[in-house]
Amino acid sequence: MELSAAATRILAGLLEARTGQQLSTGRQWRLDTALVPIMRARGIESVDLLVAALVGGRDARLADAVIEALLNNETSFFRDHGPFQQLMGPVLSRLHSARAGARRLRVWSVGCSTGQEPYSLAMGLAEQADLWRGWTIDIQATDVSRSATARAREGLYTQFEVQRGLPVRQLLRWFDREGEQWRLVQALREKVRFHVHSLTEPMPLPGMFDVILCRNVLLYFPPPMRRAVLDRLGRAIAPDGVLMLGAGETIIDQTERFEPDPAARGFYRLRETPRPIQLAAIPGFA
Amino acid sequence: MKTCLVVDDSKVVRKVARHILERLDFSVREAADGQEALAECQDMPPDVVLLDWNMPVMSGIDFLRALRFANIARRPKIVLCTTENGIGHIRVAIDAGADEYMMKPFDRETLESKLQIVGVA
Ligand SMILES: C[S@@+](CC[C@H](N)C(=O)[O-])C[C@H]1O[C@@H](n2cnc3c(N)ncnc32)[C@H](O)[C@@H]1O
Repeated sequence: MELSAAATRILAGLLEARTGQQLSTGRQWRLDTALVPIMRARGIESVDLLVAALVGGRDARLADAVIEALLNNETSFFRDHGPFQQLMGPVLSRLHSARAGARRLRVWSVGCSTGQEPYSLAMGLAEQADLWRGWTIDIQATDVSRSATARAREGLYTQFEVQRGLPVRQLLRWFDREGEQWRLVQALREKVRFHVHSLTEPMPLPGMFDVILCRNVLLYFPPPMRRAVLDRLGRAIAPDGVLMLGAGETIIDQTERFEPDPAARGFYRLRETPRPIQLAAIPGFA
Repeated sequence: MKTCLVVDDSKVVRKVARHILERLDFSVREAADGQEALAECQDMPPDVVLLDWNMPVMSGIDFLRALRFANIARRPKIVLCTTENGIGHIRVAIDAGADEYMMKPFDRETLESKLQIVGVA
């Protein structure tokens, strides 16, 4: 199917306005394939007609459906085995010591897609039950996609989804068979709270998160947007909290807010503001 | 370079698995049933075995049971690949000694994640 430049521009504009994401040239050629189901469902015969209907604006749900179709929701349980082990090991162990007084841990999974990411963390924490006994653990998860968050809340996954990244023993321990699919047990589902939210909008949740997972989301943003989002995340994170990015991502040179965590690869911490000079340390001021 | 023994009576499945594994930088050997696989393991144990369940001569489960009593220098990790995904089947496989379990057909990401889980990738 031929896609006119004008149609592509309008679709890309809609996506960027709603989500901040740029349609990369690599993804442009998949536009029409992504839109076929929507066109079929509504009996629209070409992308140009679809775009005309969008511009006409008579069908409010059409724009939502198009955005959903253009988002890449790819995810998996324990995506990137190594970094997740780091998170569940040294990273959380440091926070456990640092929060031993308040016994409270707050986590935000940003761009959580269909839930595998926050649920992986919930599962990991549940398996460290002794360590976290008596703690208040708050896991919030947000995504701009309404359908993804709705699916996430259901916690119902196909065989294909559960075998990607999820060890089989954890599958048996934490999921129940439901027909051909697998449902996460309620005890874990209720540990995560899902919200529809776009990073282009102000933070819906009051801050001070100890862990922010923002994995494989920033890469679709143009640099200025990326910087703005990192600023926003910087304001939402506790001074000694950690930001976890996707395995292949880096934000070095893209923000003044964060710097790599020297103790854990792929994790970032707020850049320390320069300390005021300690007068006591200067001879003669003792 | 890590080695993987692909055990499946289907030549096509072996070929597909080999293709993915070679791209993941594995050196690949093949066996068409459990008995051949056992001989391969006794010869020179691989790091990991990708094991089909239903095969003539000796099934994957019988291979797992035989492996326990075989005199092998170093026990390979086992990823069982099957078309069955009932909880009962999965339990049988784990009890027999499988480290991981995967449904066919699988893609590169899934196989890679299983290899990471068993610690060979
Ligand atoms: C490729 S998925 C990554 C999912 C998961 N974090 C992971 O690493 O497996 C990217 C997710 O970011 C979401 N997303 C894209 N733009 C967003 C925005 N402006 N605000 C919130 N979520 C967004 C998409 O809907 C999608 O679910």
